[in-house]
Amino acid sequence: MGIELSARVDAVPPSGIRKFFELAEERDDVISLGVGEPDFATPWRARTAAIDSLERGRTSYTANRGMLELREAISDHVEREYDLEYSADEEILVTAGASEAVDLAFRAFVDPGDTVAVAEPAYVSYAPGVTFAGGEVLGVPTRERDEFRLTREALEASGASDAEVLVLCFPNNPTGATMREEHLEPVAAFAREHDLTVISDEIYAALQYEHDHTSIATLPGMRERTVVVNGFSKAYAMTGLRLGYVMGPSEAVMGMNRIHQYAMLSAPTTAQYAALEALESCDDAVDEMVAAYDRRRNFLLSRFDDIGMDCFRAKGAFYAFPEVPGERTGDEFAEALLKEEGVAVVPGSVFGDGGDGHLRVSYATGMQALREATDRIERFVAEH
Amino acid sequence: MTRDSRDALLDCLLENARYSTDDLARMTNLDAAEVEEVLAELEADGVIRGYQPVVDWEQTDRERIRAIVEINVELDRETGYADIAARLAGYDAVDTLRLVSGDYDFHIEIVGESMRDVSAFIADEVAPLPAVTQTVTHYAMTTYKEAGVEFGDGDDDDRLSVSP
Repeated sequence: MGIELSARVDAVPPSGIRKFFELAEERDDVISLGVGEPDFATPWRARTAAIDSLERGRTSYTANRGMLELREAISDHVEREYDLEYSADEEILVTAGASEAVDLAFRAFVDPGDTVAVAEPAYVSYAPGVTFAGGEVLGVPTRERDEFRLTREALEASGASDAEVLVLCFPNNPTGATMREEHLEPVAAFAREHDLTVISDEIYAALQYEHDHTSIATLPGMRERTVVVNGFSKAYAMTGLRLGYVMGPSEAVMGMNRIHQYAMLSAPTTAQYAALEALESCDDAVDEMVAAYDRRRNFLLSRFDDIGMDCFRAKGAFYAFPEVPGERTGDEFAEALLKEEGVAVVPGSVFGDGGDGHLRVSYATGMQALREATDRIERFVAEH
Repeated sequence: MTRDSRDALLDCLLENARYSTDDLARMTNLDAAEVEEVLAELEADGVIRGYQPVVDWEQTDRERIRAIVEINVELDRETGYADIAARLAGYDAVDTLRLVSGDYDFHIEIVGESMRDVSAFIADEVAPLPAVTQTVTHYAMTTYKEAGVEFGDGDDDDRLSVSP
């Protein structure tokens, strides 16, 4: 009777985002604060570099690991920006989006039955990725009272000491939480003591508004047990170009490359040319986007304050994570808000248990839409 | 007021000079009174010289001709660039006036209701000035971008309305 899905695939439910996407598509006056990608177009210089590469016929595979020139540019970039030192030769792998890098990490480091601790609420792809790799997910809650930072106490209380792998993502999707060095150190100590491999998804590293980014891989004793995932999607507004990269000790990166060379061969060539140009000439464009996000963040948090929605001061990515006002669950609130006022937000429960009772509100949208949307939310909250 | 709040407000207004005081306050974490104070200061100090819309005149039924004029001048003991600039800037028809490097001295932009108006203005008022040795006039045919704003159809937001 037809094709039977594997148990691994069968075990993973469809994304909870889907339901809200379909509801939002039903009407055409929706203002969406539910979008997880920049509203800016890719900086023009990066786009022209992609066009030029096509005109010159640069449409073949590249080296599995990505073009050497691009890996060298990444190596320089992460050293300059984040004090991360990785050689272009064997410690950097260019992937089809950071998503591929995360998936490769699970498949390369997780054996069937291994436990993977995931700081939750979390980006929706981690748990399915662990399941596809045959691992077991262990959710480690982050809490609003800690501004959604991962704590050593939560790791201990969840039993993460028995895990093989720890996944963290700061700045965080969906909470907008960030972690400074002093907050990362206890987590690093825990990882060292319990011999955890750390997958640090730092795709939002460039989008922080109150302090600089610290990578957990820069802490003592962490480089050898950490792979750092980053990419071009968020900082350079290049989501559709699908380009990310992962950095780590050579044996880890070469292990991931072993999967990548069979499954992907190489990341999209056109996107690699765009990324190279982005690193070489688009810093000013990134600065302008960061400044615009920061203005919107201030605006949004100030409006939540007026409306009476409790919201911790998110310092990174482009999300705020307010509490659901009143008695409704996040799902009920988000669905009613969408139906009655045409504003789409994503209920926190989509991002795991810890997200319940919150809403992910994206400010990757223009000021005019943000103003109108917050006016509608204010009216909705007043009427309920 | 701090330099930071001046810069932050300038950046907001460069994005959209019609932001309300309330919106500006929210975006910069200042209160409304502080915003008014900084804006007044920026105006008083001559940093902000005005607020104007970016108009695509092709979308209106008003006729509006813009000419870019390259002007060469000859200075003498009594006449410097500033004197010539003051003389030219006084005309309402002169929209923009800059001293530039390169093959000519002044770059001016003249706005008028018809090509005849603009040509007459250059012939009658600019060319005869004793310091002016040469003018080269370029009529603007189509404007594609002005003050950082592109005049195309714009990019539609084609993102999925809800995404992870």
